[in-house]
Amino acid sequence: MTEKIGVYVCHCGSNIAGVVDVVDVANWAAEKLGHQGVVIARDYKFMCSSLGQELIEKDIKELGLTRVVVAACSPHLHEKTFRTAAKNAGLNPYLVELASIREQVSWVHTDKAVATAKSKAVVSGAVSRVIENRALDEIKVPINPNTLVVGGGIAGIQSALEIANAGFHVYLVEREPSIGGHMAQFDKTFPTLDCSACILTPRMVEAGTHPNITLLTWSEVVNVAGYVGNFNVTIKKKARFINEELCTGCGICQEKCPKKVIDDVYEAGLGYRKAVYTPFAQAVPNFPVMDKENCTYFEKGTCKACEKFCPTNAIDFNQQDELINIDVGNIVLATGYDLFDARRVSNYGYGRLPNVFTSLEFERLSNAAGPTSGNIVLRDGKTTPKSVGIIHCVGSRDRNFNNYCSVICCMQGLKFAHLVHERTGATVYNFYIDMRTAYKAYDEFYQRVLEEGTLFVRGKVAEVTDAARYSNERGKLIIQTEDTLAGKQRRIPVDMVILSSGLQPRKDAKEVGKLFGISCSMDGWFTEKHPKLDPVSTMTEGIYIVGCAQGPKDIPSSVAQGAAASARVLDKILQKEVALEPIKATVDQAKCSGCKICNGLCPFNAIAFIEDDKISYINPALCQGCGTCVAACPAGAISGTGFSNEQIIAQIDGLLLRNLEPAEA
Amino acid sequence: MNKYLLYPGCSMESSAKAYMESLNAIVEPLDLHFDEIEDWNCCGATEYLGINLIPAYSLIARNLALASKQKNGTRTVVAPCSACYLNLAKADHYMQERPSLGVKVNEALAAGDLQYKAGTLDVRHLIDILVYDVGLEKIRDAVVRPLTGLKVVPYMGCMLPRPDYQHRWSDHEHPTELDDLLRALGADVIDYPLTTSCCGGHMTQIGPETAFELIRRLVSDADGRGAQMMVTVCPMCQMNIDAYQNETNHFFGTEYHMPILFFTQLMGLAFGRDPKELGIGVELVSSRNALANIGVEVPVTQEPAAPRKKDEGLPMPRRWNKREAQKEAVK
Amino acid sequence: MPQMTDERVRAGLTHEEDLSLLHEVSMKTAGVSRLEMCIQCGTCGGSCPVAKDMDHTPRMLFAMLRAGMREEVLRSNTQWLCVSCYHCVVRCPQEVHIADVMYTLKGMAIKAKLYANSTAPDFSQTFVDMVESYGRSFEMGLASRHYLKHFPLRLPGMMPMGLGMITKGRMALTPKRIKHMDQLTKILNRAKQLEMTS
Repeated sequence: MTEKIGVYVCHCGSNIAGVVDVVDVANWAAEKLGHQGVVIARDYKFMCSSLGQELIEKDIKELGLTRVVVAACSPHLHEKTFRTAAKNAGLNPYLVELASIREQVSWVHTDKAVATAKSKAVVSGAVSRVIENRALDEIKVPINPNTLVVGGGIAGIQSALEIANAGFHVYLVEREPSIGGHMAQFDKTFPTLDCSACILTPRMVEAGTHPNITLLTWSEVVNVAGYVGNFNVTIKKKARFINEELCTGCGICQEKCPKKVIDDVYEAGLGYRKAVYTPFAQAVPNFPVMDKENCTYFEKGTCKACEKFCPTNAIDFNQQDELINIDVGNIVLATGYDLFDARRVSNYGYGRLPNVFTSLEFERLSNAAGPTSGNIVLRDGKTTPKSVGIIHCVGSRDRNFNNYCSVICCMQGLKFAHLVHERTGATVYNFYIDMRTAYKAYDEFYQRVLEEGTLFVRGKVAEVTDAARYSNERGKLIIQTEDTLAGKQRRIPVDMVILSSGLQPRKDAKEVGKLFGISCSMDGWFTEKHPKLDPVSTMTEGIYIVGCAQGPKDIPSSVAQGAAASARVLDKILQKEVALEPIKATVDQAKCSGCKICNGLCPFNAIAFIEDDKISYINPALCQGCGTCVAACPAGAISGTGFSNEQIIAQIDGLLLRNLEPAEA
Repeated sequence: MNKYLLYPGCSMESSAKAYMESLNAIVEPLDLHFDEIEDWNCCGATEYLGINLIPAYSLIARNLALASKQKNGTRTVVAPCSACYLNLAKADHYMQERPSLGVKVNEALAAGDLQYKAGTLDVRHLIDILVYDVGLEKIRDAVVRPLTGLKVVPYMGCMLPRPDYQHRWSDHEHPTELDDLLRALGADVIDYPLTTSCCGGHMTQIGPETAFELIRRLVSDADGRGAQMMVTVCPMCQMNIDAYQNETNHFFGTEYHMPILFFTQLMGLAFGRDPKELGIGVELVSSRNALANIGVEVPVTQEPAAPRKKDEGLPMPRRWNKREAQKEAVK
Repeated sequence: MPQMTDERVRAGLTHEEDLSLLHEVSMKTAGVSRLEMCIQCGTCGGSCPVAKDMDHTPRMLFAMLRAGMREEVLRSNTQWLCVSCYHCVVRCPQEVHIADVMYTLKGMAIKAKLYANSTAPDFSQTFVDMVESYGRSFEMGLASRHYLKHFPLRLPGMMPMGLGMITKGRMALTPKRIKHMDQLTKILNRAKQLEMTS
């Protein structure tokens, strides 16, 4: 049967028409591709508008089109729009093909003649390809109403609470012994200076006691299988060596434990904990965990002080790691950030000069529940500094470290300045490149800190040194910088230096991304589906990213994202079923040699090896149609619907204009 | 045996003779073999680059071209002088980073029937190959007279660890290679925050007062930390700190006495060689008291005598010009 | 260079912005200068060990470069004080080739004859002359000639040092010449005809 093909070339305002001669492209298609079945070719200002869509629908109905090619933007944006239009007109939506002449032509070329010629080739490829398209039917699967939230910081807590409050079940998984995340380490939050614990702990308690939330702390996700609506997740619940049924959280075990350990996580290395511990007083849950690496009993076989004194016999040295398997429909990743390792900026002396502190260290130092009970003192634990320098942009906006702006450091630096001023009366200097105080009430806070008398020096600090040049510098830390507004180099002796370190992706972000089938940006943050219009979704349906896992952000933005992702999850749950793309790979059993090359390559674990038949089998429910196996199969035994070899070869022929009639070619 | 091509640099034949002598003395115990690049020329130091770009890089590249022609089974060029090392490494790097520079330089080289393909040689500094090729273990094994009790500050200087386009060093600011090496010799190594600060470079010539301040910073900090001597890897650093220390003291009214030796001289001592064959004693700020701490006797040095009569053919100095001198003084 | 209009001269303006300056400096610099990437953070000016003696910190010089202040830039002593310690280069968050830009500015200042306050160009030229005649540098000749010419009053103070260097065999009294001086001369002569244009 000869196909009747309609070609529609979009101007996209001036986005395409500014560089490509769209009228020429449409005329060319009608003229030169007629023998392939093109019966109509039109250009229109905005194909995606309702009028544009109606144009296509009308042609399908009146001209009896059997295939449609829309030359417009990337399929990411409007493939769905035009497929729906086709469906409305009674044409199978998979008989529509998009030719990207915006992202792949007009946005990357400036020469009009070249761009127009390339557009013709791209359209020609799409026409040849669409002839080989087959009508496909959507696959509908039910959605599991349970949700997994990974990461119990403020973003994850918010997300979990929104979903739980709507009446659906949430598994909240946290790697550390307690939820709370970085926010639990802070004393005050900018710009309003609310006590961090006071606003966070009610949310933590709510999450810990919510009937719809299953809290899994000291736990990590180890495997994810399935697809949107039907994920199967394996979680490792690490042995706590505490019987949670019996423990009352009285804290006697911690008190009696003889082993003191530097707390690198919650106290940022500035304080101690015991080998059996809850990281902080308001921990949720308040059961302690036993740190096996440091426990004297595990090390030497004797001690058991905790067991002897536990009033409810809750200590259980025989506890084992446990694997828990759950089914969920959607997953929210709220895995947070790591602090930039300030030792890398060796000219700032962190790790060499004792009185250089990181931002997290200072948070603990200023926290009433911290190692110094909120006294801001030098590393000797007793001396109050008389002068303090706060350095912004440590590790951020710097091609030697991280290129990006870490967003929170300016406000954090201002908050530190305020706290130092309030608690010690010391002279405070802030060293900044640009003061970035965008968002509500932030610049007002800057004004307040200016008013308090903090001294601001515009200049990226060159070095912090203990090499005194002059007598007033002896015994001090000298901050050397150019005061760029005065145009002079300055050396400012201070007692304490605080580095407003940047944020960076978790060091295992790449592996975690792979585990959940999502990608990371060049900087290592999880990549959202669209930077503006879909910031919490990912390219993998059913997986959402919130908070700092997606990029540096402050508390209000993290909370907003947590809630936003929940709305997306609830939307999915309430639809009760989800339509899957019918783009799947299948194995031609006759051609499969059983080499298993495809088995390990599948990012979705959709390929299984059938031992009895010695061939590989692709589970259509798991297959996401990525095409990796199709390309890898040495026997050419795998083909993808929607991306069959016939389609690809035809498209290449079309691109190379081999499809033109001999006289033309 | 480790084989290398050696680019000694001009100062190794004159002001830093002691560096060359001590290098020769440690070659054998460490099983090293150096072949000097035949007919090498000056690298231009920091001067030529400020005059004219292409000639400056062509001057440097002639050495690289000669080295790549000289087949001794290695493609590693070793420079003991930090300024030479930097110029050679930088030329090699920029000729790749900016291919048009590489093309022009090769066009110039062609006039002398030479060519150099950037990136085909490894340019490395002497201490780099000692620490990373020979290894601290082998060095430690060769020590027969540990330098225990000698308090030293390791002074790496600026041009060695920076800009470091090849990523050869442990850090730009506080590299530890020299510290580690001196510790392997048994010396008491003092943490020296100024280890990569500048000695003043050519400013001792063109703006002495600027240079004196830089020298003062280095010497006063080393002195304040209780160092008995500074240890360097660079002829220019040695020259500035040693030869201009007296003048610096004059300028600031200070009385520092901080000897500075090449690390190879200390290696030679630790390997049990005679101080005399290591060029010890030719430094102007005597290391006698410092080395007495480890029982090493410094050879008696000649005191400055009256200058000899001019050699035939010596083109300098020019005649004294009183008027110019007065003009200078008025300024 | 753009010409001043009468109107602007009467209004008291001293120069016309020469916006080609930045590009010209970039073009003449070894490697890729990245000058246009400067964010004026001051890392260079803060790191510089001799900033206190400079008319303008390197950062400010780069701002002036952008503003097309050709004469002020080339007249500045900044480039002549640079000791090539590369502290600014490794710390620069934008990886600007600061030290190499300084070399470029020296060359441009010499060509434009705008270096009134420095003895450095003369020192460099003396050095270059020696290298061009011998293929090697010659410390004795260089130092004595330069001090005699520019710091004669410092000479008496320097005498013991100079004598010490000579008697300890650390200063050759005659220069060394490389074997194939003719080859080097040919290379340098050809090089001098070449300019960086792209």
